[in-house]
Amino acid sequence: MSALDLFWLVPALPLAGAAINGLLLRNSQKPLVTAVGVGLPGLSLLVALAALVEWSASVRPAAYEQVLWAWTAGPAAFDVGFRLDALSAVMLFVVTFVGFWIHVYSVGYMGHDAGYRRYFAYLNLFMGAMLLLILGNNYLVLFVGWEGVGLCSYLLIGYYFEEAFPPYAGKKAFIVNRIGDFGFLLGLFAIWSTWGTLHFGQLGEKILADPAVAHRPFALGLSTAAFIALFLFVGATGKSAQIPLFVWLPDAMAGPTPVSALIHAATMVTAGVYMVVRTNVIYQLAPEISTVVAVVGAATAIFAATIGIAQNDIKKVLAYSTVSQLGYMFLAAGVGAYKAAIFHLGTHAFFKACLFLGSGSVIHAMGGEQDIRKMGGLRKHLPATYATFAISTLAIAGIPGLAGFFSKDEILGATFLAHVPAARLLWGVGLLTAALTACYMSRLVFLTFFGDFRGSHEQEHHLHESPRVMTLPLWVLAVGAIVSGWIGIPSGMWEAFGAHDRDWLGHFLAPVVAVIPGHEAGEHHASQALELALIGASIAAAVVGIYLAARLWLRRGLEADASFAARAPRLQKLLEEKYRVDELYDRIVVRPIAKLARICWKVIDELVIDGGLNVAAFLTEITGDLGRFTTTGNVRNYALYFFAGVMLLLWWMVL
Amino acid sequence: MTVPVSWYLLLAAALFAIGVFGALTRRSGIAIFLSIELMLNAANLVLAAYARLLGERSGQMVVFFALAVAAAEAAVGLALFIAVFRLRKTIDIDRINLMRW
Repeated sequence: MSALDLFWLVPALPLAGAAINGLLLRNSQKPLVTAVGVGLPGLSLLVALAALVEWSASVRPAAYEQVLWAWTAGPAAFDVGFRLDALSAVMLFVVTFVGFWIHVYSVGYMGHDAGYRRYFAYLNLFMGAMLLLILGNNYLVLFVGWEGVGLCSYLLIGYYFEEAFPPYAGKKAFIVNRIGDFGFLLGLFAIWSTWGTLHFGQLGEKILADPAVAHRPFALGLSTAAFIALFLFVGATGKSAQIPLFVWLPDAMAGPTPVSALIHAATMVTAGVYMVVRTNVIYQLAPEISTVVAVVGAATAIFAATIGIAQNDIKKVLAYSTVSQLGYMFLAAGVGAYKAAIFHLGTHAFFKACLFLGSGSVIHAMGGEQDIRKMGGLRKHLPATYATFAISTLAIAGIPGLAGFFSKDEILGATFLAHVPAARLLWGVGLLTAALTACYMSRLVFLTFFGDFRGSHEQEHHLHESPRVMTLPLWVLAVGAIVSGWIGIPSGMWEAFGAHDRDWLGHFLAPVVAVIPGHEAGEHHASQALELALIGASIAAAVVGIYLAARLWLRRGLEADASFAARAPRLQKLLEEKYRVDELYDRIVVRPIAKLARICWKVIDELVIDGGLNVAAFLTEITGDLGRFTTTGNVRNYALYFFAGVMLLLWWMVL
Repeated sequence: MTVPVSWYLLLAAALFAIGVFGALTRRSGIAIFLSIELMLNAANLVLAAYARLLGERSGQMVVFFALAVAAAEAAVGLALFIAVFRLRKTIDIDRINLMRW
């Protein structure tokens, strides 16, 4: 039996873990809970690695498909099946590897929590759903996973359900995601009604066999491809927290920190990027929607980055950073650089997971404190956390040699050279975002780990490095944050230095993101000098960002924030209040809907429906009240009624 | 001389009217019961009269059946009255008004 035959175990093992932990075990069986909760995702990782090795040895570049059973019968048949191709292979590795280490970390982080078993049940369920999402061989299985991870996200954001805010944040995440899912479903319906299949492979073949179908007008004045691309992207904006549906992600930080790392940074929120890349054939046929994707991505990137610079909650900074980096990925997907999008997805998963876990370690040491204004100088107390956090910060800032540099540089380069309207403007926005990213991430490091401790005396006494079970994952992910960029060093960079192109990831992904014949964007070919200049620009952005942050926050600490607030109070307030988007949505969406719901409740339900029922009941009661005077209980009265009745009958029959 | 059928009918009508009057006015259960028997027999009389007029035997057969059923009904009815009497010490139907609202 080969590893590929056991491929179905990859999602099945974590799901089994969720069932065992959720239904069979008890809170008191803690060692067993740990063994199941970490062991089964670990096994899943091993099976996944074995399958990947076997697949790349014998099947690649073709896709391996495993159909488990037919979901529905008849002409509209859907299978429950898995697909392993280059795209899902990358996702599979990222999800199982990062996911496993976050499980390990959770053993330490959640060790003293009363809901330990519940936590691992949810986390395993999430892993299973996420693996369904990325491994499904058709959009329906993908959608099941898509909704499954949404459910787990809701459950884990609201994990601390005794408090007031987390359940609220969970509901917010779920509802905002539903808005996106509505668009996603419309997109799927359109795919089904046009091509009659939701299977990735068959769909691709059908589209390529006759691309003209995709260009037919469909609805809303859009072509079929544009309609599908637009509505699938609506789904992606919900899941991947892009404008206008990004508002749930910062609030999702109410969940436990490893959850923020796994779900709200490394894996689930990248599902939208995965889905867009998975659907790249349709996006290539809808260049106008691809431009929309790129513009939304770039706008989200800079929007979130500017907010991130004025936040004081360590997790909030990372949350806006995540939104911003997801914007980068969509920018890449929008300009057709699908490899760059997936590349950045992978590198981001490592350094952002590491950053979040690092912040968890800090919060752990601070006894639950998340406000960076009360930290400072933690470098001495938490050396391992500091080292890994710093490595990941340099990686996300785009310092050469680390993972983020390569993927971000590829996105910026591809944007600059892309054949979309205002490509230079998008590139400029991206570059500015890169500088901002370097700046706010450095601010976070300087305020947290440098300077003097600003917390209470008691907190300072309590400061300690986290146990090995937490620092080991930090180191593993930090190493990933360094080396994961090396596998996909972009072609442009090799060219810039006149070397032979060794973009391994690019070649690996080539079969799944191939350009449709006849739809070549006619990419500008960059000269060696231009490539060098682009690389120089992105390095400069990172260095300037870090330098600025060092001048402000390393030298002056919190005073820098104060002087900024004094010089531009309104801007500072606007940024701190996150552009008041939540308030805006509250005004234009939530309150009108609440008002409408109130009308439905008070007028339609209570007045019309309940009122109508009450009138009917009242009429019945009146009739009964009047009618009961006839039932006197006096037999002779009854006899008289009877006689009168007979007489009436006779009269009616005879006359 | 034969009695014309109309006489039978008039007699039957009179019997029936008396029965109705009795059933509606008497207070004693037994008396009401007797009045009902009277109405029943008025109907029997009509049947027998027409049977004779038409030279048909089936009418008379129906009368026999009706008598048999009436006998059974009388047995049940009287048994009920005895039961009620044991319970309430009366068969005055104005005072047996359990079904009053």
